[in-house]
Amino acid sequence: MAGLELLSDQGYRLDGRKPSELRKIQARMGVFAQADGSAYIEQGNTKALAVVYGPHEVRGSRNKTLHDRAVINCQYSMATFSTAERKRRPHGDRKSSEMSLHLKQTFEAAILTQLYPRSQIDIYVKILQSDGGNYSACVNAATLAVIDAGIPMRDYVCACSAGFVEDTPLVDLCHAEESGSGTALALALLPRGGQIALLQMDARLHQDHLDPLMEAAMTACRSLGQVLDGVVRQHLQEVSVLTGE
Amino acid sequence: MKDTPLSNCERQFLLKAIEEKKRLDGRQTYDYRNIKITFGTDYGCCIVDIGKTRVLAQVSCDLVAPKDNRPTEGILFFNLELSPMASPAFESNRQSELLVKLNRLLERCLRNSKCIDTESLCVVSGEKVWQIRVDVHVLNHDGNIMDAASIAAIAALSHFRRPDVGIQGEEVTVYTPEERDPIPLSIYHMPICVSFSFFQQGTYLLVDPCEREERVMDGLLVIAMNKHREICSIQSSGGIMLLKEQVLRCSKIASVKVAEITELISKALENDKKVRKEGGKFGYVESMPKERITALKTEVAPVETTDIEMKAKDIVCRTEAPSENMPSPVVHAPGTGQLGEGLQDSWGLEELDELEDDLGEEEEEQGIREQPTEEGKNATKGKYKREVVVISDSEEEEVVILHKGTQVKDLKKQAAQSNQSATAASKKRKKKKQAF
Repeated sequence: MAGLELLSDQGYRLDGRKPSELRKIQARMGVFAQADGSAYIEQGNTKALAVVYGPHEVRGSRNKTLHDRAVINCQYSMATFSTAERKRRPHGDRKSSEMSLHLKQTFEAAILTQLYPRSQIDIYVKILQSDGGNYSACVNAATLAVIDAGIPMRDYVCACSAGFVEDTPLVDLCHAEESGSGTALALALLPRGGQIALLQMDARLHQDHLDPLMEAAMTACRSLGQVLDGVVRQHLQEVSVLTGE
Repeated sequence: MKDTPLSNCERQFLLKAIEEKKRLDGRQTYDYRNIKITFGTDYGCCIVDIGKTRVLAQVSCDLVAPKDNRPTEGILFFNLELSPMASPAFESNRQSELLVKLNRLLERCLRNSKCIDTESLCVVSGEKVWQIRVDVHVLNHDGNIMDAASIAAIAALSHFRRPDVGIQGEEVTVYTPEERDPIPLSIYHMPICVSFSFFQQGTYLLVDPCEREERVMDGLLVIAMNKHREICSIQSSGGIMLLKEQVLRCSKIASVKVAEITELISKALENDKKVRKEGGKFGYVESMPKERITALKTEVAPVETTDIEMKAKDIVCRTEAPSENMPSPVVHAPGTGQLGEGLQDSWGLEELDELEDDLGEEEEEQGIREQPTEEGKNATKGKYKREVVVISDSEEEEVVILHKGTQVKDLKKQAAQSNQSATAASKKRKKKKQAF
């Protein structure tokens, strides 16, 4: 793109990061007392809030009950004030439905649903400020919320976005980079086994560039996993101090 | 209508066959079904058949005001519909997950990849632009709707001609096809989706799953590419976990398939152009095959039968010879013959049945022991002798009953045993029913 230089000659991005650098991550667990599990995460300027209810009895239609595992119900919505222009329809449009489906698919792979037959786990995620990497922020927030709710998972689910500019993979895209470069890969990874729970990519990318792009995204996910791990341990420490153990 | 569930034995059969690298219709793991592309009489109408899956795409255009944040670009709108015509499992009013998924995939594959030059669709910047609308309808669902939909959409877009527009100062004139020839859209590249289905937690992979295979698959990976080996979109769905190597391998397979399919589309477009120029007949009516029954013959299913003979011989050698005690035929009267003994009919044996039921119950509690019960049964049987029942008073009809003489006792024993097992079973069922 002519006006905005996504990668300068010295190798710096728009906000001064190096291509493989993640944005600053701040997270907090247990933000709501009423919900079973909740978490809030800030990745740079993107702010996401996740709330988990469950496992509980299947509400609504009974025929959705699965006899051998839990049903996972996800809802993704964006606050009307989250984008530069006020969002007319926060949920129910196709993009939100697609995101909800992707979240559901990601967590069905990660949560040990066999332990809770005939029950339902609800995951609600809301984007409070959108600055690129919406899906990744949602997945990371939801992971922390599920851990806060005490629901067992196979591994942390870490997600990261990646793009490709001038033969260099950029990691953790912000909004300008997402709309500018075109190529945006979103990857949800379980770090220990290296298994990809969700892979999504748009816009043109030559086949030969796919390998380095995926590799960069997976490395970023692993480092993000370590950050999430740190957050969980710190939260546990705080809670145990409060309960006097 | 709810989808009929797949039976367990069918599921196991399909999975077992996939493990042995066999598919129901005899294809290899990376083979596509037969793809047929036909165009309609109007420009922008296309039907694609992949095997039995049939999809129709129609392109139309309209002059509208552009979006506020993009005043110089035209608008592309995609709409995929699943009607109950395609499969009874699709309901017309509900927006199901599959519909959202397919729509979004189609949108992302064709719109985000910028395959069409939207700037050329601008008529008056900020006021009037062309809105190109692609409607895709699924006519028959036999698996792999995504691939068929993407091929149909891009073929229809390549086939479409929009009306010519003339601008004189502030006035905009849209010329009808009779006044000026319509102009084709400018298409940069043709993105085509290739679907990969995974089975047994990602161990086995199939390209172009048919409907049965889709029911038993664990997950799906869709890769949209064009013939220049550029990946336009990747989407993994279903709860499967992939490895990076699997994704890279799939992308390599996809590039080969996409090259073949793009060839097919170009050839079909060429053919259609030629036929229209020569003034020949074109459209669906010409391209649909005349399915008249000319002979009572069905297609031979391509099943692998190379080692059937050996397998059959092997099985025959290993099994035991059939039992030798075949009853010899008995001739009662000229023109009749009897081979073996049939079961005795139970029409007149209701009273006998009830007694045997009680015996049957006790027997089940003790465990089935045939010998002591037989004696008990024969004792009770002594009381109930078969009485000859005359059905009608008419003197014209003579009811003659054939007595079989010495074979009666054996018959009765066998019948009693078979009756007993049958009534024991029915008693079991009665018990179960009472339990509810």
